[in-house]
Amino acid sequence: MDLGGINPAVLIASLMVASVPIMLAALGELVVEKAGVLNLGVEGMMIIGAVMGFAVAVNTGSPLAGFLGGAAGGAILSLVFALLTQYLLANQVATGLALTLFGLGLSSLIGQGYVGIRPPLTGALPFGPLADIPVIGRILFRHDWMVYFSLLMVAATWAVLKFTRIGLILRAVGENHDAAHALGYKVRRIRVLAICFGGAMAGLGGAYVSLIRVPQWTDGITSGAGWIALAIVVFASWKPWRVLLGAYLFGGITVLQLNLQAAGARIPVEYLSMSPYLITILVLVIMSSGRGRIAAAAPAALGKNFHASR
Amino acid sequence: MKKLLLATAAVLAIAGGASAQGMDKVKACFVYVGPIGDGGWTYQHDQGRLAVIEEFGDRVDASTYQESVPEGADAERVLTQMALSGCNIIFTTSFGYMDQTNNVAAKFPNVKFEHATGYKRDHANVSTYDARFYEGRAVMGTIAGHMTESNKIGYIGSFPIPEVIQGINSSFIAARKVNPDVTMSVVWAYTWFDPAKEADAAKALIEQGVDVILQHTDSTAPLAEAAKTEGVIGFGQASDMSEFKPSPRVSSIIDNWAPYYIERIGALLDGTYEQKATWAGIAEGEVEIGEITDAVPAEVKTAAEAVRDAIAGGQHPFTGPLNKQDGSAWLAEGETPDDGTLAGMNFYVEGITGSIPQ
Repeated sequence: MDLGGINPAVLIASLMVASVPIMLAALGELVVEKAGVLNLGVEGMMIIGAVMGFAVAVNTGSPLAGFLGGAAGGAILSLVFALLTQYLLANQVATGLALTLFGLGLSSLIGQGYVGIRPPLTGALPFGPLADIPVIGRILFRHDWMVYFSLLMVAATWAVLKFTRIGLILRAVGENHDAAHALGYKVRRIRVLAICFGGAMAGLGGAYVSLIRVPQWTDGITSGAGWIALAIVVFASWKPWRVLLGAYLFGGITVLQLNLQAAGARIPVEYLSMSPYLITILVLVIMSSGRGRIAAAAPAALGKNFHASR
Repeated sequence: MKKLLLATAAVLAIAGGASAQGMDKVKACFVYVGPIGDGGWTYQHDQGRLAVIEEFGDRVDASTYQESVPEGADAERVLTQMALSGCNIIFTTSFGYMDQTNNVAAKFPNVKFEHATGYKRDHANVSTYDARFYEGRAVMGTIAGHMTESNKIGYIGSFPIPEVIQGINSSFIAARKVNPDVTMSVVWAYTWFDPAKEADAAKALIEQGVDVILQHTDSTAPLAEAAKTEGVIGFGQASDMSEFKPSPRVSSIIDNWAPYYIERIGALLDGTYEQKATWAGIAEGEVEIGEITDAVPAEVKTAAEAVRDAIAGGQHPFTGPLNKQDGSAWLAEGETPDDGTLAGMNFYVEGITGSIPQ
């Protein structure tokens, strides 16, 4: 099968890789929003993860240590957000935007000495003969471990949110923090932990950009991926499997439009470039057309600060 | 307060004004569109600034620069600030500063303004300068035509503007000259600097069978992507990008602004400064070809150097007979285009498939 000179197996394989950073960041943000917190600082946490992951990987020579460093970097930055919004009760939207600006500037400062260095490379996982299966081998068995890890995280997030007590408490805090508080749950602590998880996931996504996808450090390397992650959470109506779908859609369109250009197809790329956003709007319209459905999808306490005295 | 500011500005302008008698000391200031650490465009402008300090020592104060200045109203603020702080000459190093440069120049007639890659010189104190990047592209195209095994060359374009189209045409003509079977795929990234997107563009090209990648975007990401696949080569853009030597980076186009900056500041010092529009290339040393590595066979290297030397000697990369993409005649045998035609180039030459986005 050939679509205008594009091999679909190759296309699917590369969209799986292209969607990893936005998928990880969107999953983290999904958990944060499920806990009732709106953190618009995803872009800032991603880029801190990218530079920290890069710095750690270069200094230790180990990509794994790099990813851990990236996750730690994103989590630490998210603690700034947690302190401001959960303890000082600052406005979440403004704090999140500030976090992004701060992260962009700080990453540039940290990254000064790392421009033009090549990081240790992460190879594909060896699947032996599986990788040679026609079509399926190309699509499924020739990736680096982070691709499989991100898929695993989608399943894990879904299972934890749906089937475990932790997931239930998290959702309760996000739906009605006063009721959760009355039941004796530590709303603030749970939210801080969720924010931290979101930061770590965004950091991992950023580290994937600087360590595998590009792989190098330059200022502004994430270039808006964090904002796309935020859009995916809404697109997915706060459901983990739809995050997977959304990430593949957004990642796939990017890859597809470049491939179409390279193959010389005569489709104006502007239409493809705008299509994920059009689809997001469409999904929002469809979701809100059914009575009260959008209210059911978004956590009820999203973006509201909690203080025990009220 | 406003009066006081204006008075201060006037005093500074008089004190710092360049006269035909020359000056004892010049304060030169620089406005950059990106961070110096971009490893490409802005980095090279800053190298030019450092060369000025090296050349003139105590006679010049070139310590003032500002990085990552957005192309817009903010640039006007930065420029005004610089003019008020006593800069005698200000270099604005991106196309998007064109109107701001001219606006501020109107208010400070005694400060010299130098705008890179623009064409507006509304006031006597505004000069423009640009480099003939397409001359370097012809050398890259020659190497690409020789080196490609699949006969497919990829080109990552930033925006469909004349400067980029000149580069695409120039490299394609050069590649066809040495390899008649060559085809070129162009991918538009719609950005000057977005490493992730540039990497994806390179990846898409490689998946389409391209084995030589040229880029007109500023980051090293396409080279890093090329490094992942055996047998794919690319070129450094704006800066040498030597960290990818000897392969995939087999050569590079280096923007060398130092000679121009030294010439202009020198002219200001000795009183010979005049408004002008400069468009210099390989011959003047403004466009340099980076070291051609051993990943390229010796005869290809010789051929590429011959092209470089021929251009330095006056051979034009666009020499007829050449047709436009639709087959209509553009240049007759031996004819070369004037600079006005080049500066407005909006068509592909014959043999390139695909269309330029409008």
